[in-house]
Amino acid sequence: MKIAVTSKRTDLDSEVDPRFGRAAYIIVVDTETLEFEVLDNTENVNAFKGAGIQAAAMISDKGVEVLLTGFCGPNAFKTLTAGKIKVVNDISGTVREAVAVFNLGNMSYAESANVEGHW
Amino acid sequence: MIISVASGKGGTGKTTVATNLAYTLGTGVQVLDCDVEEPNAHLFLKPNIEQNESVYTIVPEIHKYRCSFCRKCAEICRFRAIAVMNEVILTFPELCHSCGGCFAVCPENAVAEKGRELGMIEKGRAGDLDFVHGRLRVGEAMSPPLIKRVRSYTREELITIIDAPPGTSCPVIAAMKGADYVLMVTEPTPFGLNDLKLAVEAVKLLNIPCGLVINRSDMGDRRVTDYAEQENIAVLMEIPFERRIAEAYSKGRLIVEVLPGWKEKFLELYRCIEKQINSGNLR
Repeated sequence: MKIAVTSKRTDLDSEVDPRFGRAAYIIVVDTETLEFEVLDNTENVNAFKGAGIQAAAMISDKGVEVLLTGFCGPNAFKTLTAGKIKVVNDISGTVREAVAVFNLGNMSYAESANVEGHW
Repeated sequence: MIISVASGKGGTGKTTVATNLAYTLGTGVQVLDCDVEEPNAHLFLKPNIEQNESVYTIVPEIHKYRCSFCRKCAEICRFRAIAVMNEVILTFPELCHSCGGCFAVCPENAVAEKGRELGMIEKGRAGDLDFVHGRLRVGEAMSPPLIKRVRSYTREELITIIDAPPGTSCPVIAAMKGADYVLMVTEPTPFGLNDLKLAVEAVKLLNIPCGLVINRSDMGDRRVTDYAEQENIAVLMEIPFERRIAEAYSKGRLIVEVLPGWKEKFLELYRCIEKQINSGNLR
């Protein structure tokens, strides 16, 4: 299964970036092989608005089924839901640790956004 | 002739100056309150509202049965108001700035026009004055289209006095652009000076002649006056921090109603503005 983890740098030992839409990088990881692809999120980091929406569309295009991140706002959550991507919030530690915990199966999926939208 | 009353800083007396100037001139004048987030000129002019209308902006609505998910609409949208994923398309009308790009680029004719309410316009008369103001819907982020709609009621044969919103960004630009003159209202405090400088920069960009009214002029320090001198901006009027003026304001009354002697001062203010416009003197 392909999952996406928000990351501050470009490898599996990077710290998870708690932000979703404006994460520095988003790493798409194959949960079985740990093969990964790094998505540069610079364009969304600098976006005036709608960073979460575009980040969600971007990972949907990569065939991601689950997103592991820190916080997720309402527009991002709505887009992720439309793209049938499940969300796990409040993730910390490294990307590798996050994937390992996910593989253990004891994570619960968010039912709504866990932060307010930006104005 | 269009005179836009602006300030940078809020609470300096834009509405006080705009309403007293309009009332003093009396006939042949219209007031457009373009501070649509917090319109309050009506509190002083007490117009009889005769007409109102809701104002909408156009946002996209996707006919999904026509959509081929080509993404052209999402790609052209600078404000990320459309997202396309596989065979899913989402719109975020609250992010839309109504540029019309998505309507233009859709090859399938799948983007329909839908309205989002921006607010209301109310029109009426206050004595001999023509009065128009906008009221932005609470929660709406985009005021410039509503401000432009208020300004669409400009009647060229009249003297148009615009009460502009504070600040230096899109709303105040929408309230100043195309004006013949910008009358800045400030107070002689560090706060007033700081925001005045920012507002003057905005007026320079628009290349509109401007002059200054210093409100509560007998308090604070001299730095606003020094700045005006240095920038060659004429100080056209000073309103002292006077108890009777503050009392009139606190009761929603005009200075010129309570202190008729001020009429001559506001007339003189108008004559100065007229002279500056006619001399073609930029700033």
